[in-house]
Amino acid sequence: MISTMLDKRRVEKAASIVFALIVWQMFATLLDKSLLLVTPIAVVQRLISLSHQADFLSTIAFSFVRIVFGYLLALAAGSVLAVIAGRFYLAEIMFLPFITAIKSVPVASFIILCLIWLSSQGLSVFISFLIVLPIVYTNMLQGIKSTDTKLLEMAELFRVGWFKKMKYIYLPELKPYLISACSVSIGLSWKAGIAAEVIGIPDGSIGEKLYEAKVYLSSGDLFAWTAVIIVVSIAFEKLFLYLLKWVFLRLERS
Amino acid sequence: MDIIVSDLSKSFGANCVLDRFNAIFPEHGMTCIMGPSGCGKTTLINILMGLISPDSGTVFGVPRLKSAVFQEDRLCEGFNAVSNVQFVCDKMVNRSRNILHLENIGLKDSLNQPVRELSGGMKRRVAIVRAIIPQSDILFLDEPFKALDDETKKVTMDYVKDNTKGRTVIMVTHDINEAKAMGGQLLTMSGKNNNDN
Repeated sequence: MISTMLDKRRVEKAASIVFALIVWQMFATLLDKSLLLVTPIAVVQRLISLSHQADFLSTIAFSFVRIVFGYLLALAAGSVLAVIAGRFYLAEIMFLPFITAIKSVPVASFIILCLIWLSSQGLSVFISFLIVLPIVYTNMLQGIKSTDTKLLEMAELFRVGWFKKMKYIYLPELKPYLISACSVSIGLSWKAGIAAEVIGIPDGSIGEKLYEAKVYLSSGDLFAWTAVIIVVSIAFEKLFLYLLKWVFLRLERS
Repeated sequence: MDIIVSDLSKSFGANCVLDRFNAIFPEHGMTCIMGPSGCGKTTLINILMGLISPDSGTVFGVPRLKSAVFQEDRLCEGFNAVSNVQFVCDKMVNRSRNILHLENIGLKDSLNQPVRELSGGMKRRVAIVRAIIPQSDILFLDEPFKALDDETKKVTMDYVKDNTKGRTVIMVTHDINEAKAMGGQLLTMSGKNNNDN
C-alpha cells in the first residue's frame, strides 16, 4: 500500500518535471532567440560537450569541496554554540547580536568584506559558513530548549552521566530540528557559495564559469552550469540527509 | 535511618497542597501513601525525591541513591525496553540480567521494539524494571500499577514485592487493595491539613 503510494508520487513528480520541460521548450521555440532563452535540448547538448572538457570535474570539485567544507564547519560551529547557549543563558544573550547581524546583513556585503579580508579562493567557504551558521544555531537552540524536562529530571534522579543524557535524551529530541536545519540550509549554502564565486571569480570554480557565460553572453553555458549546480546540490542534500538519518537510526538501535 | 518529614508546607499559587505535614518513613520498609486526588500525594513524593522544594518545613534522612517510577512513564521513546533499563544502570550491570528482569515481567516478545510502539501497560512495566534494577537506597513508586489489567497487575506486584525486600520503598496509590497487597505501613492523606496515620 505504502510502496504503491510512493510509486504514484514518483510518477507525479516525474510528470511535473516533464511538463515543465515541455513548457520551457515551447517558450524557447516561440521566442526563437537562443541568446535569451535556450531550449532544454540545447542545454543537454552543451552539458554533454562541457562534460568532455578536461576541467569539467575539477571545476565541480573546486566549488563542491569549498561549499561543503563551509557547510560542515557551520554545522559543527552552530551546534556547539547552540549547546553553549542552551546551557548558559548569558551566552545566548551574548550571541544574539552576532547571529542577528549574520542573518540580516546582505550576502553581497559579506562577499565584498571577505574579498578585502581573504583571497577569493576561500570566499565560498566563508560565505557558505555564514549562511548556514544562523540556521543551524537557531534550530538547534530551539531543539535544546524544547527538550523534555521530565526526562531530564528522571535522568538527574537516576544520576545518569552527560554522555548517556546526550545519547538517550538530547540527540533524539534534536533529530527533527537538525534534519530540518540541514535540509533548509544545504540548498542555501550552494546558492550563496556560487553567488560569492561569481562576484569573487576564483580561478577554476563554477562561479568563474558562470561569470564567463555572462561576459560572452553564452546562455547555453549558463543553463548547463546551472543544471550542474542543481544536480550536485540535490545529490549532496539527499546523500547527507540519508547519512544523518542512518546515524540516528543506528544510535536508537545501539 | 528513617526519613522524617516535619511541618512540610507547599502551595501552588493560592492552592495550598501541603500544610505543616508530618510523617516518618521507616528505613528498609514499605510505606504506601493513600488519599483522594489532589490531596498532595505526588507533591509529597516529588519533594522527597528532590524534584520540587517545599515552601517551609524539613525533610531529613532521604538517601543519596534514588530510583523511581514516576506518575508518567518518562521513558526514552525511540529506544527499546532493554536500552531504557541500561540507560540508568552502571556499565557494571549485566545486560542479560536486565533482559531476564524484563522477561520475568512479561515483556519477552517486546524487548527489541522501540517503547513508543508498546502499549501503556507494557511501558509501565518497563518503567518499573528501570526503577527496580539500580541498587538504589530508596525507591519511589507513584501509582506504579496504573494502566495494568488485573492479571498483569498481580504478576507485576509479585515482581515488585520480590525485588524490594529489605529496601526502603515509598509508594503512592489510590487503591486500598494494592496497598494491602504490598504490605508495610499505610499513610492516609485526607487534604491540606494532612496528618500521618
